[in-house]
Amino acid sequence: MSMPEPSGLRMVVCIKQVPKAEQLKIDPVKKTLVREGVESEINPSDLHALEMALQLKDKHGGSLLALSMGPPRFIQALETAIGMGADEGILLSDRALGGSDTLPTSYALSKAVEHLGHFDIVFCGEETTDSSTGHVGPGMAANLDLPQLTYVVEVEIRDGHVRAKRAVEDGFEVWETTLPLVITVNHGCNHPREPTLLGKIKARTIGVIDDLNADDVGLDKDKIGLSGSPTVVDKIETVELPDRSGRIYSGEAREAVRKLLDDLEAEGII
Amino acid sequence: MDRFDVIVIGAGPAGSSAAYSLAKEGFSVLIIERGKFPGSKNVYGGRIYTYPLKRLFPEDWREAPVERYVVQENISMLSKDTAVTIQYDSLRTGSSRVNSFTAIRSKFDKWLAKRAGEEGAMVISGTRVDDLLVSNGTVFGVRAGGDEVKANVIIAADGVASIFAQKAGIRPELIPKEISVGVKETIKLTKKRIEDRFNVGEKEGVANAYIGQVTNFLRGGGFLYTNEDSVSLGVVVQSEDLSSHRTEIQELMERFKLHPSIQKYIEGGKVVEYSAHMIPELGTCMIPRPFANGFLAVGDAAGFVLSHGYTYQGVDLAILSGMAAAETVKAARAANDYSAGSLSRYLHDLRSFGVLSELEEFGNAPSFLMNPRIYSAYPQLLCGILNRMYTVDGTKKEKMFHIAKEEMKGKISLMQLMKDLLGGTRSM
Ligand SMILES: Cc1cc2nc3c(=O)[nH]c(=O)nc-3n(C[C@H](O)[C@H](O)[C@H](O)COP(=O)(O)OP(=O)(O)OC[C@H]3O[C@@H](n4cnc5c(N)ncnc54)[C@H](O)[C@@H]3O)c2cc1C
Repeated sequence: MSMPEPSGLRMVVCIKQVPKAEQLKIDPVKKTLVREGVESEINPSDLHALEMALQLKDKHGGSLLALSMGPPRFIQALETAIGMGADEGILLSDRALGGSDTLPTSYALSKAVEHLGHFDIVFCGEETTDSSTGHVGPGMAANLDLPQLTYVVEVEIRDGHVRAKRAVEDGFEVWETTLPLVITVNHGCNHPREPTLLGKIKARTIGVIDDLNADDVGLDKDKIGLSGSPTVVDKIETVELPDRSGRIYSGEAREAVRKLLDDLEAEGII
Repeated sequence: MDRFDVIVIGAGPAGSSAAYSLAKEGFSVLIIERGKFPGSKNVYGGRIYTYPLKRLFPEDWREAPVERYVVQENISMLSKDTAVTIQYDSLRTGSSRVNSFTAIRSKFDKWLAKRAGEEGAMVISGTRVDDLLVSNGTVFGVRAGGDEVKANVIIAADGVASIFAQKAGIRPELIPKEISVGVKETIKLTKKRIEDRFNVGEKEGVANAYIGQVTNFLRGGGFLYTNEDSVSLGVVVQSEDLSSHRTEIQELMERFKLHPSIQKYIEGGKVVEYSAHMIPELGTCMIPRPFANGFLAVGDAAGFVLSHGYTYQGVDLAILSGMAAAETVKAARAANDYSAGSLSRYLHDLRSFGVLSELEEFGNAPSFLMNPRIYSAYPQLLCGILNRMYTVDGTKKEKMFHIAKEEMKGKISLMQLMKDLLGGTRSM
């Protein structure tokens, strides 16, 4: 006799801890982001993914697992996720993963997801604020051989069917597909809830599972870390923002606009 | 998990000391702090007295994030551009009898809370407690957002504006006799500049107090404490005096910074933090019975703070009262009785930890310190006398007594001087 299937949706959301956007600094020599001594936060679109998953859980029941790959300090992000309502937090952490770009990251996270069981939906944020590639969600879909919907702003599940609205350049598209799938969530599509007191107490009581390593999930050491990463950072330039000239055109509106147009034309802008 | 032995509201010095002491005794303790981390928003003058810390951490109190040990105390009476300073050199750092140190609250409070956490207390930050759970006059838990958590005892350590002491019905609506207004700036220098300018060694610092011109001779004063690579500089003035003299405190602060006695220290520094406060001069308005069924108040929440006119002593009393509360709860557990009657031994514990004796002894000080002459007539008098004594310009020198009499003329009578002196010594 087989075990009864747990009811509701089984979901996993991949989250990353990133340096706070307003504190971003670039090491002029190493050409990498300075991560030490900088306040960090959960990558904003991952928070939206978390919220979207929690709303589905509120509606349909089921379970939500938060997964992250990174150094031990990422435990903080996973505690926050549990505080918001995730059932568990799991950290895949291994020195061998250091220096991984998006290719090994999607590979490692996919292997971790496979290791953790079967899921109906794998959620990711659309991209991270510290590298802005948007590769990881689609990369995981490819590795897991699942359909994917990216830049999703709304999702609905009915009779095993998924109906999702995704943002595109000039509007929205609505798609329908089947479970299981990978969804990457568009930035700003919802209002992520705050962790609750009982949620935070739970996070401390159950703790984050932080001892999952490369061997546990069966990673091929050649495919991860710096050696498994094809991306090479050739050069980093910081852009100096030009001063704005801030001219004010006053007087009668028609006159002022004419003057503005003349000036823009004279300076070759239009 | 929605039940603990004890819940502490607020992770300032009072709350963390209570949580630490209780966790050490094997209680399950939840301590809830609204700030992003303990101490993230807590500001004060700048100096902490050491004795309670030695009592709380006999072995390793020196691991506290000390900026500098105070080895010199100065009190200066300022006139417009002169100063009379009394300097007191206290013991040097090497001695274990260091009396006080300067500290930055965002580091100090964080460290204290971490110690409580290491002892097993669950420290939750970024959550504000909204209400107490009360039934039949007994406090049995707290509410935050939609969540409720219960405990045998709730300890309010939520600071001077405590709403929970009021909700528990033990704090009358506070009507402070007087309110002071304070501003404080942290001015960044360098470690070397501090050591050169204040003539102190590594980890050594000074605590300076100023009266007179700093407040434009209104009731109040100024302070300066040296941190590792910055100074904490501030001015506190009676709000009543401010309004009756139409003075802005920011203006006083700006002028204070330009006074030659201050300018020489802070020149070239950069203001990295600015804060302004209303400070209720509680005096002896401490809560007479800081306990209720299932409830205790500690630190500022119970009014355990001493005003010295323009400097304050509260972190030490906060720590001691936290430790005293832990003793009380321990005894209550032994008796399995958390009623007000059982918790009333808190008064006894407060006394044995020296909190009440300190407050009772200095209870008179505030009214003496309200005497406006301390802030105007006396500093002017002293500066005037010394100015005349030390100015050598070829004219005939008069006798000291004569100078003093002349300077006092129209400013203060001998009778008044005697009365103030007596009043002062009695309350000191
Ligand atoms: C201008 C000024 C200068 C001072 N200078 C000195 C000095 O040099 N030396 C000295 O020893 N003392 C000084 N004091 C006094 C000292 O600051 C206090 O006595 C001391 O901070 C009291 O500690 P506490 O733990 O009781 O309260 P606090 O330090 O006020 O801590 C209360 C904590 O509770 C938290 N909290 C409040 N409400 C809630 C809630 N609803 N839910 C969750 N958390 C909450 C707060 O965020 C805070 O962390 C000064 C005071 C002032 C105003």
